[in-house]
Amino acid sequence: MAHSAPAISSNEGVAAKLGKAIGAALIDTVEAYGEISFTVQRAKLATVLEKLRDKHEYQQLVEIAGVDYPDRPERFEVCYHLLSLTKNHRIRVKVSTDEDMPVPSVTHIWEVAGWLEREVFDMYGVLFDGNTDLRRILTDYGFQGHPFRKDFPLTGYVEMRYSEEAKRVVYEPVKLAQDFRSFDFMSPWEGADYILPGDEKVGGQAPPPTPKVTEDKNDTGAGKKATKKAAKPSKRDEAAAKKPAPKRTKSGTNKAGEGK
Amino acid sequence: MSDYLEEMDHLADAADPTTGDLEIQNFTINFGPQHPAAHGVLRMVMELDGEIVERVDPHVGLLHRGTEKLIEHKTYLQALPYFDRLDYCSPLAMEYSYVLAIEKLLDLEVPLRGQYLRVLFAELTRICNHMLNLGAHVMDVGAMTPNIWVFEIREQCLEFFERASGARMHSAWFRPGGVHQDVPLKLLTDIADWLDEFPTLFEDAMSLVVDNRIFKQRNVNIATVSKDDAVRWGFSGPVLRGSGVAWDLRKSQPYDVYDRMEFDVPVGTSGDCYDRFMVRVEEVRQSAKIMRQCLNEMPDGPVSSTDRKIVPPKRAEMKQSMEALIHHFKLYTEGFHVPAGEVYVATESPKGEFGVYLVSDGTNKPYRCKIRPTAFSHLQAMDFMCKGHMLPDATAILGAIDIVFGECDR
Repeated sequence: MAHSAPAISSNEGVAAKLGKAIGAALIDTVEAYGEISFTVQRAKLATVLEKLRDKHEYQQLVEIAGVDYPDRPERFEVCYHLLSLTKNHRIRVKVSTDEDMPVPSVTHIWEVAGWLEREVFDMYGVLFDGNTDLRRILTDYGFQGHPFRKDFPLTGYVEMRYSEEAKRVVYEPVKLAQDFRSFDFMSPWEGADYILPGDEKVGGQAPPPTPKVTEDKNDTGAGKKATKKAAKPSKRDEAAAKKPAPKRTKSGTNKAGEGK
Repeated sequence: MSDYLEEMDHLADAADPTTGDLEIQNFTINFGPQHPAAHGVLRMVMELDGEIVERVDPHVGLLHRGTEKLIEHKTYLQALPYFDRLDYCSPLAMEYSYVLAIEKLLDLEVPLRGQYLRVLFAELTRICNHMLNLGAHVMDVGAMTPNIWVFEIREQCLEFFERASGARMHSAWFRPGGVHQDVPLKLLTDIADWLDEFPTLFEDAMSLVVDNRIFKQRNVNIATVSKDDAVRWGFSGPVLRGSGVAWDLRKSQPYDVYDRMEFDVPVGTSGDCYDRFMVRVEEVRQSAKIMRQCLNEMPDGPVSSTDRKIVPPKRAEMKQSMEALIHHFKLYTEGFHVPAGEVYVATESPKGEFGVYLVSDGTNKPYRCKIRPTAFSHLQAMDFMCKGHMLPDATAILGAIDIVFGECDR
């Protein structure tokens, strides 16, 4: 172990012991990076956590974190981080769920769960069965959607400004002067899922998709002249073309190396 | 005289109504969102019975910026400055959890000098944060002078940050693998001199309040929290210790060189606002002690890991070495890739346990970065802490739990 991150007491035998205590509700145990995570059945969550608190000295619920994995059948993972003040140990208990299936609330075990569950509900739309106060917490009054889902755009859908005409704050669809640019940093040699230009010559695959650009060619002025109007020479250009080139004078220095 | 006393006790109201005896209803007021004692943008809907608080519903999120979502769209290094902007009163303590989480995933070793520097500046951050909080707390309950005095100390702390990183507050100085730059020797000697100087002013300022009758009347026995309640409500840091739980992550789960430091963990006895205040006062003294040890023991050597696949090279090196130039370019465009996995790393920030739950999918951007703020659980307990107290006590309670909304709302 080279890193100097916080050191908790040993994990030796903890996974096996707690796994046995969780019993039939246990789906999976992962021990990695010196941390233990248990995945448990959603319906048994409250009993498992209560047992961990009362029988195994995990007194404190530190955090409830939601994570979104859109590829999974049950896309949301809700992670409960428990801390034992007496054993100086941390574990993580996870359940997975989707948009409709509620997770049993643990507010009756830890009061602190109230807001933590509200936050997961607000950010991911995970429902908690038994939380009597499941309101939005971090987002604006009247907000729609669940912003931390992976399919929610970073920029959101509405923007807010103070309108001088209306003399109040107004909400409008979000307008961006420039698209949010997301660069693909994956090296083409390791795990890029697109075909590089030229690959079709070897494997006979479909040609690569046209790269996404943020601006019209018309806007950039780069490349060929794109529209007919732009292709016409302007009046100033024509005037410049008609004008005879200025004559060179002997005293002029406009030719390099002439002085020799 | 006797009927006057009856009138005072409202014994004869029903039989003999007078102008003062109106039947009143509870009324609901807004505390905030803009209130000088709310320490930011906090809106609390309070139900009052006269001046007694019956119910508090804190509305948070007015400073929600979606930091966690933004981090998912940045490389690991680009995401670091967001942490300064969480708790802007103790920026380096916020970075600390994040860099430790990355180092844990990478299993990256930090050179000893880097570790000492991080501990030194984390403790300086703690002093800086407590100066603001202690000053603000005494001001919330009516005293003016100590706040102005301790702000002087806070300003000196910020000058040290500026000399180390170039920025007074948003330092972005802790980096995965160590710190960004070494500090000049003069800065370390100046900090050593300052550690001998500032306690005089600090103790002077504190002597004005700790035994002050008015200050005690406003804080002693206000919002008493028992040990069990503190644990179940997810308290951490000085608020948990104020309730008598001797729990400090620097002691129990040491990170970097905290295991080499000798310091005491102050705990409260009754769990009221006064205890929380005094725990912080003592923590300032202990932090100064830790800083002195750091300065005495700090070895020479590199301040950050020399693994060039993670830590970018210095500019002078880039002028000479092609390899360094390539590393620099790659690290500032693509960034480094972090092995897939998930870690939860929590450090003892000045306000309590500040945790980062980092999920990596093996790319150069975090898949999910959940930030565990300290203020969230403390603020949630406002309802049960305020119940039965007077309206002006709410400001004392808020001051004693030390909240900053950049961190609470993220």
